[in-house]
Formats: sequence, C-alpha cells, structure tokens
Amino acid sequence: MDILTGLLHGFQVATTPASLGMCILGVVLGTVIGVLPGLGPSATIAMLLPLTMKLDPTGAMIMLAGIYYGAKYGGSTTSILLNVPGESSSVVTCIDGYQMARKGRAGPALGMAAISSFIAGTFGVVALMLVAPPLAQLSLAFSSPEYFALMVMGLAMVVLLAGDSLVKALLSMLVGLWISGIGTDLFTATSRFTFGSVQLLGGIEFILVAIGVFAVGEVLANVEPHDPPKMLPVPKGIRNLLPTWDDMKRCRFAFVNGSVVGFIIGVLPGAGSTIASFISYGIEKAVSRHPEEFGKGAIEGVAAPEGSNNAETGGALVPLLTLGIPGSGTTAILPAALVLWGFKPGPLFIHDQPQLFWGLVASMYIGNVVLLILNLPLVALFAQLLRVPAYVLQPLILGVAIVGVYASDASMFQLGLLALFGLVGYAMRKLDFPTAPLVLGLVLGDPMERALRQSLMMSQGHISILLRPIPAVLLVFAALLLAVPLFRKLNAIRVQMLESEEA
Amino acid sequence: MRPLARGGDFWSGLVLAALGAWIVSEAHGWDYMTDEGPGPGFFPMWYGSLMVVLSLVLVARTAFGRAAHEAKPQPNWTEIRRALTCWAAFVAAVALMNVLGFAVSFALLTWFIVAYMARRPHPEALALAVGGAAAFYGLFSYLLDLSLPSGLFF
Repeated sequence: MDILTGLLHGFQVATTPASLGMCILGVVLGTVIGVLPGLGPSATIAMLLPLTMKLDPTGAMIMLAGIYYGAKYGGSTTSILLNVPGESSSVVTCIDGYQMARKGRAGPALGMAAISSFIAGTFGVVALMLVAPPLAQLSLAFSSPEYFALMVMGLAMVVLLAGDSLVKALLSMLVGLWISGIGTDLFTATSRFTFGSVQLLGGIEFILVAIGVFAVGEVLANVEPHDPPKMLPVPKGIRNLLPTWDDMKRCRFAFVNGSVVGFIIGVLPGAGSTIASFISYGIEKAVSRHPEEFGKGAIEGVAAPEGSNNAETGGALVPLLTLGIPGSGTTAILPAALVLWGFKPGPLFIHDQPQLFWGLVASMYIGNVVLLILNLPLVALFAQLLRVPAYVLQPLILGVAIVGVYASDASMFQLGLLALFGLVGYAMRKLDFPTAPLVLGLVLGDPMERALRQSLMMSQGHISILLRPIPAVLLVFAALLLAVPLFRKLNAIRVQMLESEEA
Repeated sequence: MRPLARGGDFWSGLVLAALGAWIVSEAHGWDYMTDEGPGPGFFPMWYGSLMVVLSLVLVARTAFGRAAHEAKPQPNWTEIRRALTCWAAFVAAVALMNVLGFAVSFALLTWFIVAYMARRPHPEALALAVGGAAAFYGLFSYLLDLSLPSGLFF
C-alpha cells in the first residue's frame, strides 16, 4: 500500500464516529493530565490500558496515543502559569514562558505554545508517515542478532540519559530484566524465580509493574501536603491569546528547529521529549539575534521547546511501530498494549495491520487540530484544573489503578503485587533510581533474551554471530554510549542535559 | 562513618547485591548451555553477575569513595512516615476488598486520605468518600461492565 492510499484508508478509519470520539476523548484526557502536575501520561496510559480491553483495538490505540501527545500540549499551560512543569517535557518552557506571563504576556505565551505544538506535532506525523513504511521494509532483513543488538543499543541510550548515576540506571535496568524473567522459560518450560508460587508461573504483567511504579509510586511521593503555588491569571478572549505577527516572524526558525530536532531525537531510543526540548532551546538561543532575551521572556524560548516535544511523538513512534522497540517509559506501554490486543509490533506491523497503523497516523492529524482548538479558546477552562486539590486526585488515581489491574484478570494476588510495586516505585524515587530503565528492561527483557538465545542457537553457541556488520556496529555504539561518563567533556554535556530535566 | 549513617545508596546497594547473588545462585541450578544452545540459566547468570558487580561498586563508592566524605542530606522521616502510612492504608484497603467489597473499601481509603493525610474536615472527607465510591462503582461496574472486587457489600 503506497503512502497516499494508506493515508486515505487511514482517514476512512479515523473519521468514523467511534474513532473520532476516541480521538477527542484521548486528547482531552491527555490535556487534563498534562495540565495536572504529578500525573503523567505513562501512569494514565498504564492505568487505562486494561480498561480498553473490551474496546475496538484501533479506537483504543487512537485514544491512548491521544493521551500521549495531548499531555504535551497541556504541560505548557502549567509551566507558563505556575512555573511548575505539568509534564517533564515542558520543563524548559518554564524558563521563558513564566517570565512572559509575569510581564503580562501569558496569552501570547499560551497561544504560541499551542501554535508551535500544532506545527511541529503535524510535522512529526508527516515525517512518521514518510519514514516508517520504508524503515519497516528495511528492517525485514533483520534477524535475531540484529534485534538483540538493537535492543542493547536502545537500553544503553535509556541508561545513559536516565539519571546522574550510570550505575543506578544500569541497576534499575537489570532489575527490570530480572522481573521480565520471572515465570516459565518459553524454550524449556523451566520455572524461574517463581518462589514456588503457581500464580507467578505466567510471569508478572508489565502493565501491573507500570501502574505500580508510575501511578501508585507517584501518589506516595506526593502525599506530603504542599502549599499550592500561585497561579498567574489567564487572559480572557481568544484575541488576547493570539501572538502578534511580529511574534510569529520571530519564531519562524523556532518552528523549523523544534520540528526537525524533536523528530530526530524522538527516533533515537532513550532520548525522549525532555532532551528534545532542551536541545532545541539550546539551538534557538545559540542562533538567536537576541540571546540576551532568553530567560527573560523570549517567545522563541517557548516556541522551540514546545514544538520539539510535540514533534518527538512522531519520531518516537517510528522505532516502536517498525521495530517493536520503544524508546521511553511512555512509549514502552504502547507496544505492551498492542501485544495485549494480539498484535505484534515490528517490521510486519504496517503490512499486516494497515487499518491500525494508517488509522493511528490519520487520527494524529485530527488530534493535533482538536488540540489546537482545545488549547486556544479553552485554555482558561483547563487552567481551572490546577485548583483541584491533590487530596481529591490521590484517591482517584489509586482507585483507577486498582480497577485497571483487577480488570485484567480479576485476581487479588495481582492487587497485592500492585501494592508491592507501588512501594518499589516510591523507594526508587526517594533513592534516586530512575524508573525508565526498569520499565524498558522489563519490556525488552523477554524479547532480548529470546533474540540472544536464538542467535546463539543459530551459531551453535559461537558469539561470532554477533560480529556480523549490523549487530557489531550497534553493539560497539552501545559500548561507546556507556563509556560516555568516562570522557569528561561528553559527560559534562550529559549531566547538563539531565540537570535541565531535573530543574 | 557508622553503617547506619551511610544513607540510601549503601543500603540499596547491599540489597541489590543480595538480589544479584540470589539470581546467580538460582541460575546456577539451571542449564547454562545445552546441545541446542543457551539454556534457561544463561541470561540470568549474566545479568545476575552484573548486578552483583554494579551493586558492590555502588556500596564501595558510598563507603570509600568521595561520596563517603561528603555531608549527606538527612532523609525527611516525617515525609517518609506519611508516605508509608498512605501505602499501609492502600494495602489495608486492598486486603479488605475481598471482605467488604470494592466500593466500601475504596470509600474508607478515600476518607482516610482526605481526613487524616490531608487533614480536611470530616464532612468533606465523608462526602468525597461516598461520592467517589458511588461514581467509581457506577462508572466501572454498571457503565463499563468491568468486574470489581466483591465482598459482603459492594
């Protein structure tokens, strides 16, 4: 199916009333959780995934993806009005967005965030549509050794960019690999790490760990009552939200920068939207004619990062849908969803499931338009959500977590595990162990072990099979990535990136 | 430095080293390599060993490295105690679900969080608890037809 035919087919799927409804529901939910600090798209998608089992997979996937990219639109509202990022990817927007709001330009800042997100988000979808099908075709030539090496490289990227301490990030990933190994070995039917429990023979569901670590862990980490930060007012009327023509002219390069940088960073496993927004902000400042205005309310400082964190969505879906390899905690949940619905993300996915792939692509075009509409005239309404107290949201999150886990297999044992992983998630936050490597290790552990064992079976145990050109290059690249902390200058860049993420 | 004062990295390193050692010992009991290729012990043996090495690096860095001589921020025990109290309430609510049912257990959990953790007035906590439980039950059990834990009540 060529791209144009595929896209037309996709719009037929995405414009049915059911798909449109799911798309609007997803982006509204995404905007809501994007606006609310402390509740991220990972936790929301993880909690809602089991509840989508009775839905049509295409509609459910459209909704979950809508939450993913909708959250990035919503995150900017909190950054601009509160100086608190609603999403980690909106942290850079606080720098100039909040300064603009303090100077009475909250309207143009919010408007520019929405416009830039729309332009770059749409660019990301166009690029996804153009890049994914040929890449899937190319990856048909991959076999187990190439897949193993790709997964090692993906994990190395995630580990490198997951936290200040590489040792802690590696340990977090190893725990994820261990959890993925719990259950019955598919090759030999040997029970591994089951503590003699029959309930563990089938392994531990990824989604249960994700809900525990992301949702329950987040509630426990935020249970301390905090004084609500003071919110700056949202200007009334759409005219006050629109940037001036001069603002638009100043942001011409920021739109291009955010779109291209965001997409490229998104394709790379591990980097994610926070890094993308940081890099595009840095580039924007470096090439600006007025670098001294950055940090004091430069509108390009809002347009570039907001654009790049939205273009990243399209990029992140490329390796996920063509290779089955997710690049971040949030995108790790989407292939898990596909597997639960009986699909196999990988090189054959676009060929075998054109309805799902092209329906998703078309829905993202529609979703971006809906988000632009939602985030311009209705931004004042969404901003009111910031007044909802944490003690109302906390039981709500815990309740949805319980329902989500119980809905998947009606087992009290699973709820016990949910509580356990909630505590693990809290402990990881308190001890500064990054959670993304654990989740990626858990998702990739099983396919990675399978790919490695199949590779070594193909070569009768000779490691030389991993020295074929593609796996060798990927493995050397992964080793170089993990060696970055040994080089002072490169490590300084890495630490600077991470500090910006934590700021 | 006294061992107890070494902080989270030291103790988490020790726990992970113990986990790694256990993984290696378990993997030792399974085939590492068979005639057909790697056995079930192959992969765990490698990641278990790596876990032991890295955990010991973490422990050594805290005990002997530069970090050992740096002043560490004291953990906020009040905050930790509150989080653990909330977690205990969550565990209790989950445990009660088989006895009292989802709606009643969830209402109790909501009431506890609002009244005790957030120190809000009891009438407000009660309203949120009853309203929240009814909304959850109505939405998930009736509208979405999902199975919820059931007990004496609903």
